[in-house]
Amino acid sequence: MRMAGPITRLVMGDRGGTVLLALLAASAVLVPVLNLLVPESSPLHLSTYVVTLVGKYLCYALLALALDLVWGYLGILSLGHAAFFALGGYAMGMYLMRQIGSRGVYGNPQLPDFMVFLDWQQLPWYWSGFDSFVFAMLMVLAVPGLLALVFGWLAFRSRVTRVYLSIMTQALTYALMLAFFRNEMGFGGNNGLTDFKDILGFDLPADTTRIALYLCSTAALAGGYLLCRALVRSRLGRVAMAVRDAEGRVRSLGYRDERVKLLVFTVSAMLAGIAGALYVPQVGIINPGEFAPINSIEVVVWVAIGGRGTLFGAVFGAVAVNYAKSYLTMAWPDVWLFFLGALFVLVTVALPRGIVGLLDRRPRVRREHAAREPAPGGGEAMADPARAPAARHP
Amino acid sequence: MPRRRSPSRWLLTLIATVFALLAGTARADFASALADLAGDDFTARLAAIAEIQASGHPQALAVLAAALDGQLYRQRSDRRIVILGPGGDAPAQAQDALSGEPLAALSSSELSRVSTNNRLRKTLRGALAGLRLGHADATVRLEAARELLGTPSDTSAALLREALANERDEGVLAAMQIGLASIDIKSPDRDKRLQAIAALDGSLHQEVRALLESVADGDAQGDAEVQAAAAQVLARMHTRLAFYEQVNNLYFGISLGSVLLLAAVGLAITFGVMGVINVAHGEMVMLGAYTTYVVQQLMPGQLEWSLLVALPAAFVVAGVVGIGIERGVIRFLYGRPLETLLATFGVSLILQQAVRSVFSPLNRSVSTPAWMSGSLEINPALTLTYNRLYIIVFALAVLVFLVLLLRRSRFGLEVRAVTQNRAMASAMGIRTGRVDALTFGLGSGIAGLAGVALSQLTNVGPSMGQAYIVDSFMVVVFGGVGNLLGTFLGAMTLGIANKFLEPATGSVLAKILILVFIIVFIQRRPRGLFALSGRAVD
Repeated sequence: MRMAGPITRLVMGDRGGTVLLALLAASAVLVPVLNLLVPESSPLHLSTYVVTLVGKYLCYALLALALDLVWGYLGILSLGHAAFFALGGYAMGMYLMRQIGSRGVYGNPQLPDFMVFLDWQQLPWYWSGFDSFVFAMLMVLAVPGLLALVFGWLAFRSRVTRVYLSIMTQALTYALMLAFFRNEMGFGGNNGLTDFKDILGFDLPADTTRIALYLCSTAALAGGYLLCRALVRSRLGRVAMAVRDAEGRVRSLGYRDERVKLLVFTVSAMLAGIAGALYVPQVGIINPGEFAPINSIEVVVWVAIGGRGTLFGAVFGAVAVNYAKSYLTMAWPDVWLFFLGALFVLVTVALPRGIVGLLDRRPRVRREHAAREPAPGGGEAMADPARAPAARHP
Repeated sequence: MPRRRSPSRWLLTLIATVFALLAGTARADFASALADLAGDDFTARLAAIAEIQASGHPQALAVLAAALDGQLYRQRSDRRIVILGPGGDAPAQAQDALSGEPLAALSSSELSRVSTNNRLRKTLRGALAGLRLGHADATVRLEAARELLGTPSDTSAALLREALANERDEGVLAAMQIGLASIDIKSPDRDKRLQAIAALDGSLHQEVRALLESVADGDAQGDAEVQAAAAQVLARMHTRLAFYEQVNNLYFGISLGSVLLLAAVGLAITFGVMGVINVAHGEMVMLGAYTTYVVQQLMPGQLEWSLLVALPAAFVVAGVVGIGIERGVIRFLYGRPLETLLATFGVSLILQQAVRSVFSPLNRSVSTPAWMSGSLEINPALTLTYNRLYIIVFALAVLVFLVLLLRRSRFGLEVRAVTQNRAMASAMGIRTGRVDALTFGLGSGIAGLAGVALSQLTNVGPSMGQAYIVDSFMVVVFGGVGNLLGTFLGAMTLGIANKFLEPATGSVLAKILILVFIIVFIQRRPRGLFALSGRAVD
């Protein structure tokens, strides 16, 4: 109950967030009951398949949340967030791989199957330590965080901004995808990591394990939401929004904008890593396809559709779009891409504030303005021709 | 195969005589020699080979080759000599050895093979090589000389010397000289060996390389000077081979650079000039490639012309779709570059799925006209394929066309005016909306042209554009946005660097290294190689 104080303060005046947390809490109770206690014959029974599916959506939602933190509050459109997600996933996948032990197809107690297949003699050095769960979880945070830190440090220090930054993040995830496709990297190449058996000694396909993973995802999403909320409401968050709206002015006022960006970017990458780590045991596979640039762009769409710069909008957007995807790819496989494509166009042209913007009738001129472009004359001597047309339609 | 008792010679001679009466004496000589060849008497068979070689008969080459390959048969009933097609089990391909006329189907039970032994085969080989070295067709002569390179012997040397005296064709002459030198290099005479090594200097053939390597490793007579000379020539050869290897890499690099240039130059217009991030650009390339496919389907049998028709068609198709996208979506998003990215991504998904629904998700095969296939052989170490050559020329032509269009035409002037100061341009009476649409259409049309070129190099499928979109953005960003010269240099630099890295690192790692290089480069020069400066950028 002592935690209630700060949490209440965090979600005060945040109706969307309150609804989100309430829904998450309700599902945390209802889903296990409907899955484990209600008999399968009952129409109220929730199959494990659905539990896993929803668990997957929640991981995507956490990823969308991470992206909204940098895009909605820092103005950085990352087209490489799926890379951090995949790296977290790989860290978890490596732990799960080590748990297989001698139960693989080749029965080698030391090496995963694909290494035996490639005729490797011993475990590469970067695989050591991954038999420990604690170490692996540390890596889930450290690897994406470190990558974001190094990439961000290089980019923000030399003031690579906007479109250029977006394209660089895309190049980053593209390069990682190519790298992970190589067998020589030691991450299973094309096939990735799969055939997982158990996690922390619990049988992975078992219903109870699935429910536990689902609850972890729920908790991670709720925790992630509260963390982001705390971040954007803090002094740091206010500076971040100022950077988003008028970077040059913030710099002139004496703030080290690159540090703010670096911190928020790194936190966001770590959140994405956690999402990936929770995603992998639920879907049972991680492969280099997760790095594909299109995945990162899809995440951007979830956030855009949900409503950028609201946090809970990103969560709803991710769940809604993915539900639509699951439904449409099953019902009309051909229609899905038409639908998704049309949604992109429609939302960007007609609904710049997403679904949340539709629900929210209050005029929010400032937010609207900020979501588009920095204020003209923001003090930036930007030699950015991509910005030149800003003056086109005054 | 059981050996058949062959008939007595006199009977054959008799038949030969009958033929001689029918076909004149030269033919009779050939026919009797042929009969001898298929006979039992070993010395007569050896002599018959020489006779056939000397006869100058049009069938001589075919008969000797068939005898060597065990495809020469005797027909039991009427003593006719027959050549069977490869494999010997296909009677349908039988032809009369004497006249070369095709024969009706023969059953294999009627035939018995004309057998050979090692000695005969050796003689046959020599005779064949001699015949082919004197053949009227230069390519046959060249092939024969090359073959002798693989089987050096005294007889080969004699044959080559003889042929050299009559040879006129330069390429064949060189091949014959190399062949001769490669035989002399094994001669017991030391001076002859040294001479031969000197003669081989400057050659780039694989066979010569192997030969020199074996001599450099250990001369047959253990002569250190000969070994050293061979090693020296070999070292020079390696230097030249390495040089041509680099030239080859450069060629591939320039060709990859041209592909990148073609894919990126349209983007340089939409992104660089208009500030629109068109992610659907790759789909414009794809539409161009599919237009090529449709054009080829519409005009079967006209393959040679299809690409020339496809070029304007692809330009129009992609251009019109581009104008549609601009009027329908992008014009609402000017000044919000990141959102043009999202919207055009949606467009790209729709276009991909549309093509998938219309044409099927499988790759379509686009044919290559004859004038684009084949290659230009400059020397044994360097061959340039025509399709790449044409694409290099085409890419440069497109670039020049674009530069001229933007710098010299009324339309180019309007584009630049609108880019620099929209309000002022509008006040001067330029219809800015129309210029926007046309500029976007131009960029898309150029992508369509790139699609025609790419259809000749890669698979044509619904997601083919995706493979180029990241690379294209890299080129534009690396070269400096809004600068065609930068795009050109960026594309060439990346293409060449990629191809020079590839032998050392493999293609995937090369690509990764290039990407990392660009990421680091952009940190150093956030606006690319050639940043725009001055008032134009504000």
